[in-house]
Amino acid sequence: MSEHELRVSKIRDGTVIDHVEAGQALNVLAILGIDGSEGFGVSVGMNVPSDRLGRKDIVKVEDRELSQSEVDVLSLIAPEATINIVRDFEVVEKNRVTRPDGVTGVLSCPNRNCITNADEPIETRFDVVADGVRCDYCSTILRADIADHIDV
Amino acid sequence: MRQDHLITATQLSRDDIEAVLDRARAVADDPAAYADRHAGRVLALCFFEPSTRTRMSFDSAAKRLGMNTIDMGDVDSSSVSKGESLSDTVRVIEGYADALVLRHPSEGAATLAGERVDVPVVNAGDGAGQHPSQTLLDLHTIREDHGLDDLTIGIMGDLKYGRTVHSLAAALTEFDANQHFISPESLRLPRSVRFDLHETGAQIREHEELDPVLDELDVLYVTRIQKERFPDENEYHRVAGEYRIDAETLDAAADDLTVMHPLPRVDEIAPDVDETEHARYFEQAHNGIPVRMALLDTLLENANPDGDEGTEVDR
Repeated sequence: MSEHELRVSKIRDGTVIDHVEAGQALNVLAILGIDGSEGFGVSVGMNVPSDRLGRKDIVKVEDRELSQSEVDVLSLIAPEATINIVRDFEVVEKNRVTRPDGVTGVLSCPNRNCITNADEPIETRFDVVADGVRCDYCSTILRADIADHIDV
Repeated sequence: MRQDHLITATQLSRDDIEAVLDRARAVADDPAAYADRHAGRVLALCFFEPSTRTRMSFDSAAKRLGMNTIDMGDVDSSSVSKGESLSDTVRVIEGYADALVLRHPSEGAATLAGERVDVPVVNAGDGAGQHPSQTLLDLHTIREDHGLDDLTIGIMGDLKYGRTVHSLAAALTEFDANQHFISPESLRLPRSVRFDLHETGAQIREHEELDPVLDELDVLYVTRIQKERFPDENEYHRVAGEYRIDAETLDAAADDLTVMHPLPRVDEIAPDVDETEHARYFEQAHNGIPVRMALLDTLLENANPDGDEGTEVDR
């Protein structure tokens, strides 16, 4: 995409999460726990044309660099995403996301009869399996609908 | 078996299972040798859901090891009805007992309990999840009749919500059993259980009718189809009727077919089967005693490595 087509401006320092599956940008912010109250500059592009994905979302967060655990969780809903760390307008690091072994405290279990949905003082824990995630407590497997169960 | 708790059958290796079953056989052969083995120890029976036989079976097994038991009673009259969390309840009871047996209506309850306490926890049923001590006594029953190798088993009835089925199917993968699952489409094995079976490379087939596979089976494990699983009572009667067996049904079976049921049964096995050579469900229930004695003995031994026995042993 050329300079004059950019829909959101470049950032000086921070993180650009590119190649997010269209429609998932707000879930990306939810996973990162960003709702605007932190004072970071946040730009969101949704349904932006993309050679690789057809349409994609982009999230830019100023003055914030993502930790590995945040990137791991992102991989569940945005497996094609690239993470660009920007310092002084330059991309200094560019990483693809990798799937983690598990995620803790981020997803809610879709099984209403799971003990994690029973008002216990408990953090949910999911193992990442071949094509989804699996509740460590009740073994329920969550596949395509992971984003519907983000609980942050 | 080198385990702290017994939460799911998937945690058990073939060696774990055989070690408990060997010990169960030793217990059955010479119960007197185990009578004071855990004298002075206390087993807490924490049943958040009604149970008759499992509760009594653990109670009896503990007492035959010389243990005392404490029972939290009905949930309605306990602090649970005041809104106490399971996490708090088990942490309190941990101070009263050397081991906990837990039945709870929520899947994953025993996993949570195991994370909260240091004494051994036995899952005696967590919702539609697992019931691994039942599996050990099921396997003991099968082993006494057929051995556990080269086994062909049919598991029939409510496979979706049947926790005894989920545990048994998982454990049988350790023995490379041929497993046939017979149920109506609406009560098939849940996705998570099928996932585990496929992961282990288990040989499983699913059917809607018993007839085509009956003559291949060494064991037929029947479970109850519960009325409350169907929105419509007529539909329940129609479906349940198709998964009912009687003595005539078994004419087509091998002579040495073993028929099992975790009990209680309603009418899925006609009383005339009781009189046949196939029926093994009452022995199966009785096997709960030596198997649960062996299980408790093993877990308490693991938890107290400095001495196998309880505090008041004087033999």
